[in-house]
Amino acid sequence: MKSEQKENPGASAKAVAPKEKPGWADVPIGAVVLEAGCGVEYETGEWRSERPVVNTDKCINCLFCWVFCPDGAVIVENEKFKAIDYYHCKGCGICSNECPAKVITMVEETKFQEANGEASAAVQGNGNIKAKTGGKGE
Amino acid sequence: MGKLIAATGNQAVAQAMRQIDPHVVAAYPITPQTDVVEEFASFVSDGLVSTEFVPVESEHSAMSTVIGSSAAGVRAMTATSSQGLALMWEMLYIAAGLRLPIVMAVANRALSAPLNIHGDQSDSMGARDSGWIQLYCKNQQEAYDTLIQAIRIAEHKDVRLPVMVCYDGFIVSHSLSGVTLLDDDKVKAFVGKHVPLYPLLDSKNPVSYGGLVLFDFYFEFRRQMVDGMARAPRVIDEVAMEFAEISGRHYGRYEKYKIDDAEIGVVVLGSAASTSEVVVDELRAKGIKAGVMRLKSLRPFPREELAKELGHLKALAVLDRADSPGALGGPVGLEVRSAFFESEKRPKLINGIYGLGGRDTTPEHIASVFYSLQKIAEGGKVEEPLFYLGLRGGKDDGRQSEAAIAQARAAGQRA
Ligand code: SF4
Ligand code: SF4
Repeated sequence: MKSEQKENPGASAKAVAPKEKPGWADVPIGAVVLEAGCGVEYETGEWRSERPVVNTDKCINCLFCWVFCPDGAVIVENEKFKAIDYYHCKGCGICSNECPAKVITMVEETKFQEANGEASAAVQGNGNIKAKTGGKGE
Repeated sequence: MGKLIAATGNQAVAQAMRQIDPHVVAAYPITPQTDVVEEFASFVSDGLVSTEFVPVESEHSAMSTVIGSSAAGVRAMTATSSQGLALMWEMLYIAAGLRLPIVMAVANRALSAPLNIHGDQSDSMGARDSGWIQLYCKNQQEAYDTLIQAIRIAEHKDVRLPVMVCYDGFIVSHSLSGVTLLDDDKVKAFVGKHVPLYPLLDSKNPVSYGGLVLFDFYFEFRRQMVDGMARAPRVIDEVAMEFAEISGRHYGRYEKYKIDDAEIGVVVLGSAASTSEVVVDELRAKGIKAGVMRLKSLRPFPREELAKELGHLKALAVLDRADSPGALGGPVGLEVRSAFFESEKRPKLINGIYGLGGRDTTPEHIASVFYSLQKIAEGGKVEEPLFYLGLRGGKDDGRQSEAAIAQARAAGQRA
């Protein structure tokens, strides 16, 4: 299953090396996932049609967004809002709805990419996501 | 050795469950399975078992609960019938697909509509593609013995599939019979300690169950499940041998009764096999070479074995206690017919639907089938490849059996 997933910017070279998919005799029994926290490798960010854009200048660090985000896609550092993890953020808009300071704006993904270029689309706070989101580092 | 008691099929099954003492039982009562749960609940309240008993609000929840428990890493059991089994449908496939060794007793009952509480095998026949092993028992003793063996079969590392232990509603579930129970400690030793595979509660080795698996891997997982089924015959046979050692009772995946030198025979599941054996004895006394093949393991289906064991017959009737409307015949009839496709030697074959909704199937009915077979064996044509046994009215349906009963009477058979 792992080999099918897209490259995760935070994953090591070893993990993303192309692998033969196992045959029926070699898949784990009952489709049991034997690796903990491997969901972190799955890019749910590509499902997003709208992205939350945070005006960090006006953020009051209440961390409501972190509490409410159903995907754990809000990165917090030193008890302060750091960034959105766009590799996993599905763009549901809950954070934007809950933010008491109203500093999270949902921007249409296509419009965002037109304005900022596709390359920059994944930039904001992507860093070493796995370590930050509590998944398996490396 | 052991203790002889008078028990209904349901009581015998409940006794087996008491001795197995599973970690979790989740069940919802439904006729004719009800007393299994009732009896077992009394064992729980009397402290005779250490089971966590979950009285759920539906069979869907019952199966869901045992699935969750089994995945968590414990031995989990349930029991149901008919509409209850139908309500479990979605979860049956999940139990098998996740390869969870759940054991379930099924007191076979007709499906609605019209509403009927009596025995036929339509309920479990419909679940034959779910990936569950299905073992059909002919009497109370066998239901007890099979439930105990089912634990070992389901949990065997080469199999890891859930097992349904089926017995006819009312005919077996509610009638009293002598049942010899094994000693508690013998059963305990026989089933052994439950060894979970990838238990969810093992926090040191975390795993997840039930992930989304799409076109790139789903096919492989389903194929691997078939492999578990393919390995089951050997395991079922081994467990049966081991059980025979402690009990003196042995059951095969199929059981032959005077079939080896027979010219005509019937294939039948469950309690009607006993009726058929009585008829065969009577026919044999009259010099008619009749025999019975009782199929116990419908899943896995002993295709090669049946083709080999029955190939010498001149005429064979497969009796189905379930129908498949619009198909070529009943579910067992279809499968036995297919089993012969590659054989050079094969009998002429007819398929009878009998006993739906608990309709009594008498020795006379079975005798009428053998008389039809005799005519076919003597060079007669197969006029009705599919017939309904003991059915009133209709243009064609049942005529064969009615006519044959009349013929049997005329010939001085029991009537
Ligand atoms: S909810 Fe809004 S104000 Fe609170 S931490 Fe998140 S972005 Fe900042
Ligand atoms: S849009 Fe939804 S998924 Fe993305 S950060 Fe906000 S709450 Fe989380």
